[in-house]
Amino acid sequence: MRSVLEYHLVGYRRTWRSSALSSFVLPLLTMLGFGLGVGAYVDGGVQGVPYLDWMVPGLIASTAMQVAIGDSSWPVFGNFEWMKVYFAQAAAPLRVVDILDGHLAFVVFRTVVSTGAFLGVAAAFGTLHSGWAVTTLGIAALLGLAVATPTFGYAASVHSDSYLAILFRLGMVPMSLFSGVFFPVEALPGVLRWVAYALPLWHGVDLSRAATLGTAPAWPVTGHVLYLAAWAAAGWWLAYRQFRRRLVV
Amino acid sequence: MTLIHARGLVKRFGDFTAVDGIDVDVERGEAFGFLGPNGAGKSSTMRMIGCVSPPTDGVLRILDLDPRTDGPRIRARLGVCPQLDNLDIELTVRENLTTYARFFGIPRRVARSRADELLEFVQLTERADSKVEPLSGGMKRRLTIARAMVNEPDIVLLDEPTTGLDPQARHLVWERLFRLKQQGVTLVLTTHYMDEAEQLCDRLVVMDGGRIVAEGSPRALIERYSTREVVELRFHGESQDVFADKLAGLGERVEVLPDRILLYVSDGDAAVAEVHRRSLEPASVLVRRSSLEDVFLHLTGRTLVD
Repeated sequence: MRSVLEYHLVGYRRTWRSSALSSFVLPLLTMLGFGLGVGAYVDGGVQGVPYLDWMVPGLIASTAMQVAIGDSSWPVFGNFEWMKVYFAQAAAPLRVVDILDGHLAFVVFRTVVSTGAFLGVAAAFGTLHSGWAVTTLGIAALLGLAVATPTFGYAASVHSDSYLAILFRLGMVPMSLFSGVFFPVEALPGVLRWVAYALPLWHGVDLSRAATLGTAPAWPVTGHVLYLAAWAAAGWWLAYRQFRRRLVV
Repeated sequence: MTLIHARGLVKRFGDFTAVDGIDVDVERGEAFGFLGPNGAGKSSTMRMIGCVSPPTDGVLRILDLDPRTDGPRIRARLGVCPQLDNLDIELTVRENLTTYARFFGIPRRVARSRADELLEFVQLTERADSKVEPLSGGMKRRLTIARAMVNEPDIVLLDEPTTGLDPQARHLVWERLFRLKQQGVTLVLTTHYMDEAEQLCDRLVVMDGGRIVAEGSPRALIERYSTREVVELRFHGESQDVFADKLAGLGERVEVLPDRILLYVSDGDAAVAEVHRRSLEPASVLVRRSSLEDVFLHLTGRTLVD
């Protein structure tokens, strides 16, 4: 498993500069645009804190999700369909578990690095209220796994990359809009609120918000963590089944 | 020592039987070939030997281990050069070798020095630090062969090693593979190029429809299934058929093709003299030695399989 992670890191060494740039610039722009621009219209802030400070942890979690899904969709699809890298790995003494977990570990690494960059920008803007903000790195890792594993399974099961665009449009974009990133989920009508509870992102948002603001989350921490872990476990099992189906025939 | 041992080996995909009960033994140091048209079951057999495809039925032992339970241990001692290159085109030539070596638990320092030796061997030293993407097909293929050697394997599996390469590139690959063979590496390859099989294989099996239809050295197969020489005659006219009757009894076998007639004979020149004695005037005459291609076409037929 370690050698597979190492392989992905060697590839990352060639592209990290461009990806590092975007992981700083993107939060910076959203911070300026949403926080200062939109925030100016939100009088009195949300739940007793300035809008920017309230929204930043949501954006951190949603960025973690976007990086995790982005790195689990086309790259996984390409390793089966285009470069066929997984097949080369399967011919070596690696097991399917090693191939899957090694790549997942890399996706978690990328998620945590991007979250760290965002956290740095957020700190520079003075939006973090608590030392607990550091735990958003762990939250991002867990949220990353919860969304990356089912994405691995999905990307391994489709044979045309147009299905990946569907995942972005019908999965990722609505999830970022309705998971309490930009406004509290309590503002949603009943049914949609339960959709937000069912999807993984809201749990990451609520935990991150509690961490950066130093407040209590809406759900108990254990509940959030177990729910995200359940997504990760179920997603892993789906991904493993698809990987086996493709690599051992 | 027998490195690969198969008895009644079967691979089924649903209702389709890709490999239909084959017996194979490959000895250490041998260059062994699977020949056959597309869909004959060569690649399925190779994938079972490569321990990425569990056999449906029958006995298969590789390096005296069972692929069903010892897959990773066997794969640790195999080198695999697949039909389609699956290199990482965004990494450099050298990185493709060093990262792959790590999958075998080879220490980084050893991996680097072995990568340099192998790049020398496949004549890619100058390209070591360039990305893989812009390399030619022949270079990529040589790199894939180098990658298959990175763990100093006991057996190298090559699935159609020169398909799609230009003649220069093919000859370079053959020459490198021949060097490996001289070093005592056991080669197992599939091909549908007869010249490739004749160049490289000590022994081969011809597969058709998932079964083995013939087995032996290239020489032995030619002796058994063809004649020493073949005379190719071309006649002017609408059809070659009309001339076939007049050639009856010449040699062991007369084969009429749409554009020419083949006479399978032991002495080509004598046969040509006999053709002229029968007052036949072919537009062109070619006497050549019988090749594995004649055996192959005789055994698997001339119908196109797709």
